[in-house]
Amino acid sequence: MSDNSNTRVVVAMSGGVDSSVAAALLVERGYDVVGMMMRLWSEETVAGGAHNRCCTPDQMSDARRIADKLGIPFYVLDTKEVFRKTIVNYFIDQHRHGFTPNPCIECNRHIRFDFLLNNALALDADYLATGHYARIAQDEEGRFLLKKGLDDHKDQSYVLSVMGQEQLSKTMFPVGEYAKPEVREIAARFGLPTASKQDSQDLCFLGDGDYRRFLRDHAPEVMAAGPIMRQDGAVLGEHTGLANYTIGQRKGLGVFGAEPLYVVGMNPSKNALIVGTAEELGSSELTAKRVNWTSDITPDATFRAEVKIRYKAKPVPATVTPLDNARMHIHFDNALRDITPGQGAIVYDGDVCLGGGIIERQPI
Amino acid sequence: MTTQRNVYLDHSATTPTDPRVLEVMLPYFSDVYGNGSSAHRFGRNAERAIERARESIARILNCQPEEIVFTSGGTECDNLALRGAAWARQQTGRHLVTTPIEHSAILRTSAELADVMGFERMLLPVDSSGTVDAEDLASAIRPDTAVASVMYVNNEVGTIEPIPQLAAQARARGVVFHTDAVQAAGQLSLDVQALGVDLMSISAHKFYGPKGVGALYVRYGVQLVASQSGGSHENYRRGGTYNTPGIVGMAKALELAYEEYDQRIAHYRAMRDQLIDGVLSRVAGAQLTGHPERRLASHASFVIEGIDANMLVIHLDLKGVAASSASACKTGNPEPSGVLLAMGYPHDLALGSLRMSVGQQTTPDDVEYAVETLAQTVEKLHRLRNLSFE
Repeated sequence: MSDNSNTRVVVAMSGGVDSSVAAALLVERGYDVVGMMMRLWSEETVAGGAHNRCCTPDQMSDARRIADKLGIPFYVLDTKEVFRKTIVNYFIDQHRHGFTPNPCIECNRHIRFDFLLNNALALDADYLATGHYARIAQDEEGRFLLKKGLDDHKDQSYVLSVMGQEQLSKTMFPVGEYAKPEVREIAARFGLPTASKQDSQDLCFLGDGDYRRFLRDHAPEVMAAGPIMRQDGAVLGEHTGLANYTIGQRKGLGVFGAEPLYVVGMNPSKNALIVGTAEELGSSELTAKRVNWTSDITPDATFRAEVKIRYKAKPVPATVTPLDNARMHIHFDNALRDITPGQGAIVYDGDVCLGGGIIERQPI
Repeated sequence: MTTQRNVYLDHSATTPTDPRVLEVMLPYFSDVYGNGSSAHRFGRNAERAIERARESIARILNCQPEEIVFTSGGTECDNLALRGAAWARQQTGRHLVTTPIEHSAILRTSAELADVMGFERMLLPVDSSGTVDAEDLASAIRPDTAVASVMYVNNEVGTIEPIPQLAAQARARGVVFHTDAVQAAGQLSLDVQALGVDLMSISAHKFYGPKGVGALYVRYGVQLVASQSGGSHENYRRGGTYNTPGIVGMAKALELAYEEYDQRIAHYRAMRDQLIDGVLSRVAGAQLTGHPERRLASHASFVIEGIDANMLVIHLDLKGVAASSASACKTGNPEPSGVLLAMGYPHDLALGSLRMSVGQQTTPDDVEYAVETLAQTVEKLHRLRNLSFE
């Protein structure tokens, strides 16, 4: 085994099983490992109610105990203010504009692979490691590739698609080579107390996991009632706040037509929920903005690829055309029913994540 | 690991137990293990050691042995002093006077007395060096003032408060005066007659004694309601089985501190001055906080412009230098230092309170290494800040 003792790796620890195993694997490989937990912004604990799910005192002491067991230093990094500004405010603002944001993508863009990575490098680290299920490889020309995690069910490359060459060259994903059950076995082998813990969740900053309640508390205007209408402007009823609905939703609308009606869009300037038939719902194309290419190089021509339009969606075949101003156009071979503005459209070539962007509102 | 060296500069947080102290404690774990309250010889043997320790401490404090109450440490002393005196005097007065720069043992306790128990708390102003003015105390005292409490030395900025003057103002007005002498013990006179205090807290682990044991001086005639009730220990002022090894160790540590006083203080001062001179001349943007002269011999504290002290402590730790920041860096939830805010520092500087405190084992090489490491780290952080995030 090569001597890694002069290579310092800061590992982002959450107290959960994945990042604990990441840390343990790095220690086993002989790296100079430093554990670090980010103290993120989260809602104040509701008296008598739910605890914050992120960075609780329990998680912090779990992570501290694991670091101690592994014999590595452990620190907590104050990340509250930058997280509140870039993630929580973004989440609220996107909902205010009728988008359905994916905060994990933004967190990886602004927090993990910017703020945390820079802090790690400042501590003389050579690499930042996280517990994500993804892999980093190099092609023949030395270019870094972001690849899906080996465990297809756990693959997290979707939310990592914001990374570029600089970040990929300084990042390690030690658990990306394993399937989740193997990771639990490794945790057990190291005697880590998290071997049977539940996975952590998205929207870590919510007190109770209920984003609708969060928006009612923090941005009540987002949850204002408004008209439910057809695309021709015919008003069919009243909705309870745009953030309560998702594209493709059929149940719970309280409106009826000759055919079943679905949410097909939102018009935030009129605070209107647009409904339509199944035919109106489907679309075979989208445009996306803030597009990042993990190679740092924008493809110069239209190409065939597979695209995921949600974290848990299946990749589907499509034709991708890069546009100016970090935008792209995607034409799907088959129409999709749930293209949702604000979510990521992430582009793959087999196992390799080529990059992605944020889905724009499509004219309907 | 690439930790080059271990330099401990956090003696204000705690000190190692002196081997000579440990030695006198050892028999009281398993040989002389009796309960000091028992009537039999096992109990008497323990009681003898406890009472000798009490006498020894009383000599150093220039008081009677009966005026010493043993506790579990500084925080318990402060709780007993403040709660005990406030409760005992609540028929005549429910007004408390203290300062915004006290240890949280006083700040939280007095806040709770105010919020939950119906007392009224007043916080005295401090000047930019963190010094409390005796005249301010005099004018704050009202007919219904029950207790005044001002720390002897501030733990964060090292400033020594004018306790004799403060205590005189309180006593002249019939107000019980407490001082938290946890940082001062071992380095300043603990003569309670010269100080004129009614109540005084000390904690053994700050002067090379063991952790988990402290003593509260209670002047004759000052009534205290026990904050921890139980048996008849300590004349009903503090229930709980005597911590015989701890008490014996505390007495030995205090004896040693004052027997070796001159050489210890000279050493602390030399190391501290080398540290302060080095930091002020070589660390960009560093300012000394607290009083430049009237400060604890072992204590240096700084703010460094544009630098978050919590990050600094992490960087220093990875280089083997143990220092502390005022805020709760272990939880990543830093609040600006209340002490620095009270002293008039702006919010951003108050996030950057760095404390380095020397001790008996500190060498000039240690100090040089710490200064150089700090200078390099600050320079690097400034450089990174200028070119990167946000």
